[in-house]
Amino acid sequence: MALRDERVTLAHGGGGKAMRDLIEEVFTSVFAPPGMEDQARLQAEALAEPGARLAFTTDSYVVTPIEFPGGDIGKIAVCGTVNDLAVGGAKPLWLSAAFIIEEGTEIALLRRIVATMAREAEAAGVKIVTGDTKVVGRGACDGVFVTTAGVGVIPGGVEMAAGLVAPGDVAIVNGVLGDHGATILAARGDLALSSAIESDCAALGHLMADVLAVAPGAKAARDLTRGGLASALNEIAEAAGCGIEIAEDALPLRTEVVGMCEILGLDPLYLANEGRLVVFVPEAEAEAALAAMRARPEGAGAVIVGCAVEGHKQVRMTTAFGGQRIVDMLVGEQLPRIC
Amino acid sequence: MKFASEFRDPKAAKVLLAEIAKVADQIGAMKDKPVHIMEVCGGHTHSIFRYGLDKLVHEGIEFIHGPGCPVCVLPRARVDECIEIAEREGVIFTTFGDAMRVPGTKKSLLQAKADGADIRMVYSPLDALELARRNPEREVVFFGLGFETTTPSTALAIQQAAREGLGNFSVFCNHITVPEPIKALLDDPHMCLDGFIGPGHVSMVIGIHPYDFIAQDYGKPIAVAGFEPLDLLQSVLMVLRQIAEGRAEVENQYARVVPEYGNPVSLAAIDDVYETRPSFEWRGLGEIDKSGLRIRTQYEAYDAEEKFGIGYAAGRREVEEAEGCACGQVMTGRMKPVECPQFGRGCTPEMPLGALMVSSEGACAAYWQYGGARAVEPAE
Repeated sequence: MALRDERVTLAHGGGGKAMRDLIEEVFTSVFAPPGMEDQARLQAEALAEPGARLAFTTDSYVVTPIEFPGGDIGKIAVCGTVNDLAVGGAKPLWLSAAFIIEEGTEIALLRRIVATMAREAEAAGVKIVTGDTKVVGRGACDGVFVTTAGVGVIPGGVEMAAGLVAPGDVAIVNGVLGDHGATILAARGDLALSSAIESDCAALGHLMADVLAVAPGAKAARDLTRGGLASALNEIAEAAGCGIEIAEDALPLRTEVVGMCEILGLDPLYLANEGRLVVFVPEAEAEAALAAMRARPEGAGAVIVGCAVEGHKQVRMTTAFGGQRIVDMLVGEQLPRIC
Repeated sequence: MKFASEFRDPKAAKVLLAEIAKVADQIGAMKDKPVHIMEVCGGHTHSIFRYGLDKLVHEGIEFIHGPGCPVCVLPRARVDECIEIAEREGVIFTTFGDAMRVPGTKKSLLQAKADGADIRMVYSPLDALELARRNPEREVVFFGLGFETTTPSTALAIQQAAREGLGNFSVFCNHITVPEPIKALLDDPHMCLDGFIGPGHVSMVIGIHPYDFIAQDYGKPIAVAGFEPLDLLQSVLMVLRQIAEGRAEVENQYARVVPEYGNPVSLAAIDDVYETRPSFEWRGLGEIDKSGLRIRTQYEAYDAEEKFGIGYAAGRREVEEAEGCACGQVMTGRMKPVECPQFGRGCTPEMPLGALMVSSEGACAAYWQYGGARAVEPAE
């Protein structure tokens, strides 16, 4: 153990021995990337198949608090990028991971994040093959920021895009909505709300593969991150040029999440998720897709929430009351009301 | 969700809707000659649209969306003053979340925060008090905003600060009261309201009797209501029945929460800490007599107006509302949000021009958000 410090100092970003020790002990010993060059060199047999295409995505993760019930920033960083690939129909294969670390961060925290990432990557069937670390002065970032990029392969014949959704297609989500958003709100501790809710954070590559196996006609999928289900549906409706109708009765919501939203004046349809997606499949494949999702733990709560329709180009919801309302894009962030 | 589901039961709603339709027919309410019922509170407006109640009730009933969103009715000059305080050296300015986006003449608190002011969102004035304890070298200012619902908690924070002798905590008081704007609306010669749905959360504090004048002096029925859809439907029915029977009374639909004479502890705290201002400006409605509260001289050490030399005097720097903005007419029932020439054109939730588009609980914002306007557009 060359690394003796308990906290990250600016020396760990200085390019010298301290930095090498940090990278080797905390990162590369755990992620075990192939070779030790400045770039990962990857065998892409899957790409050799006819019609196969590369999918490439990147995302940065900033979350307060860094650790929360049901996960930490590392879990989000792996799952989020895996999910970005999966909803495009790609099989996620490789990730990069870049860390911006605030001076003073506990090394033990870094180790926990890295352990989570390694565990999640293995479970998701992806390898973390390259990375980067930077140390910034105290106050220049909030603890740890993680950026992951991901590469996957879309098999020949799989064609998914929001613009392909057409009237009649059925919208399925893989479980209860808003748990992640509600967990983060409660975990920030400034709400004086106690809650037993855990983040829904999960990698959905296997789930999507199972859906595609039984519903090859699947049109489009979106992971429901910031902006929640409402924003994803609006994006799809806009790209597809058709309307989407959902039923309030059908929406899977946990009592605790609904209660928290009532207190704060928030709408659970807009709460963030980190392990939820909506997929649009032709009606004839809907039951099979639903069954495939439910067969996996991350899809056990899958339900049909609505369908694409002709006649308008909005997202509309039939309320439990029988009334109808538009579910619009959110303007900015949801802000808790005063009374 | 046991605590709320019984107030959202579709079967019970059907029964109420049928009864509403019966009484509405009985009193001759029609689409062209509707009964105008004002829900005073923004929370009610929000619920009406969220559950689509406006489209479910009898076509002869028209909801008029009142001035009851404290964020919406905050005048632009007051927002400017908030920003002026927030941008002072050493200040931590604390506010409820939904005040962040309200536009002043030049910018909102959200923009001021991006410009570098230390503005923090809190969920209670007690959070601001805690910030003051933890930052003794900074002046922590709480943006006291809201009706009688939030007024007591600000009062309690001031009393607590006084007990602790906290020297670095103050409140920029913009608390307002509900009965006076209702009186102002009733005095408006263009007013066309037939009854009121009173804000339940306000009455938790003040009880139902501050509304006696509505029934006694103006002969209009009012039902103080809760916020669940069944609460609202039941209140509509109560108002309609009063009209049908030629009565005008203050009825308490929300008796499970609202005590007839209010909450004595809250009322005592309000009385201890605040006094009534001679007049206060309401965005969209103008100056209304005795409709705002200020901090008593006894607590002036905790009054940000005193600390920062920002007084409030009627007729001071009045800021004109945007041209064509018809908030005043919408709030008095003379115009529907969609009839405003700016609605959806110059005025949207992204770039609100007028008061009622500012917060999600404003009538125009609710119309926009839940499609009260756009859902009825013909399909393309």
